[in-house]
Amino acid sequence: MSDIHTEFPTVPLLLASPLRLVPLAPLSQALTILARRMVANHPGLISRLGPYVSSSFAVDPTDLPVTLLLHPHPTSMRITLHRDPPRADARIAGPLSALLGLVHGTWDGDALFFSRDLVIDGDTSAALALRNAIDDCEIDLGAEIAGLTGPFGRLLMPFIALAERRTGMPLRRAEARP
Amino acid sequence: MMELVCPAGTPAALRAAVDAGAHTIYCGFADETNARNFPGLNFNRAELAEGVAYARRRGAKVLVAINTFPRAGAEDIWHRAVADAEAAGAHAAILADLGLLAYAAEHHPNLRRHLSVQAAAANPDAINFYANTFGVRRVVLPRVLTVAEITAINREIDVETEVFVFGGLCVMAEGRCSLSSYITGKSPNMNGVCSPPSHVQYVESRGELSAKLGGYTIQRNGKDAPAPYPTLCKGCFSSQDKVGHVFEDPSSLDASDLIPALAEAGVTALKIEGRQRSRAYVAQVVRSFRAAVEAVDKGLPVPPGTLASLTEGQAATTGAYRKTWR
Ligand code: SF4
Repeated sequence: MSDIHTEFPTVPLLLASPLRLVPLAPLSQALTILARRMVANHPGLISRLGPYVSSSFAVDPTDLPVTLLLHPHPTSMRITLHRDPPRADARIAGPLSALLGLVHGTWDGDALFFSRDLVIDGDTSAALALRNAIDDCEIDLGAEIAGLTGPFGRLLMPFIALAERRTGMPLRRAEARP
Repeated sequence: MMELVCPAGTPAALRAAVDAGAHTIYCGFADETNARNFPGLNFNRAELAEGVAYARRRGAKVLVAINTFPRAGAEDIWHRAVADAEAAGAHAAILADLGLLAYAAEHHPNLRRHLSVQAAAANPDAINFYANTFGVRRVVLPRVLTVAEITAINREIDVETEVFVFGGLCVMAEGRCSLSSYITGKSPNMNGVCSPPSHVQYVESRGELSAKLGGYTIQRNGKDAPAPYPTLCKGCFSSQDKVGHVFEDPSSLDASDLIPALAEAGVTALKIEGRQRSRAYVAQVVRSFRAAVEAVDKGLPVPPGTLASLTEGQAATTGAYRKTWR
């Protein structure tokens, strides 16, 4: 849980910089596959959005040179990566670790907003709906990624736990951590 | 031990509250019948029944807040909510409207009735009226009373009292605030939302965050300054040559230090505000307060709090319990 002076670990430049050069289309494709799997596993992600299911959401990790653009859909959800800020109905921006902590139930969205670690603009209702939908679904990105890799997934989990310890980034669901 | 009544805006938050040691969880349906009608929040009928079952298996109770005021001609929505709360196995319904209390008492006599803070019953005569007329068993006291006033009330009533100990503060006697309706046309009392997000816009420019409500800038926060909720009562205004928070400073209630005094005052249950907050908030606040009520039960001092980061404006106050207002 964040305290007032939480310093969020930021993505080292050495890791962030290559994103300026690598082609974004295959990464977007991989993220879309992951997102569709998550929607299939957590239908509440879509149903809790209510009327905002047709909204577009820009998720902007401020320590990465890319922005994610989410188009929610029950069966054909899409995520695309952009180097220039994309047009979206709502935008949520903050350090990657803060955004991951929101997804994983490590940090509270309002507290991040009070401390100015999280910035919301555009359609505030849509942003709130997305935040609440994600919080209810108790998503574990580590487990979802491991699940994508089939039987090898189990082998991946210890590496995700190790990466979490080394980077200080919340890479797994808060409740799944020891 | 004093009962800990904890918020849940989602089924995940309900489970987090139960797992963190809540004795009781309050929640509401995803419509205008409850005073936290925010996008992406609240429960459908099946989720409520599952939540009640989850809580029951672990010895906890669920209360359903149906605490807005029914619209004329649409009372049916509120009547159905009461019936569905009973069908889901809720321990009690938290109600505010006189007509709805009368309806629930007549048609659902076996569903326990609590009086919502929205009814703003702040003296023994009012509370006894609700108890005698509608069989109300517990009253949630408005956040405008001192500990001495709560003691005086408890001496003259036979029903249980529940008081807020943590979370966002409403400066008004609840249920009587028109600030949100004045600027957005929507109110907590009728629509279940104060300062609805659909009327809120944030603009960040050169590090300064402006919050607009209904098109009016109501707050400007400098770089790195904590941001409050965009409610009109927390707005910054100029008045008589002074610029400041005319209604209320942006801070949250934290009355953990007053738990022994509230126990002494005859309070039965302690309520945590925050159905709009995440499961992370719920788990941390509930754990902290569970440790506090256990300590007080054993006659030990309240353990030091660790919740400052979760408070609005990142500042806490004991509110009206110790009145030191301007
Ligand atoms: S404007 Fe402030 S005092 Fe009025 S209902 Fe909203 S939060 Fe409460």
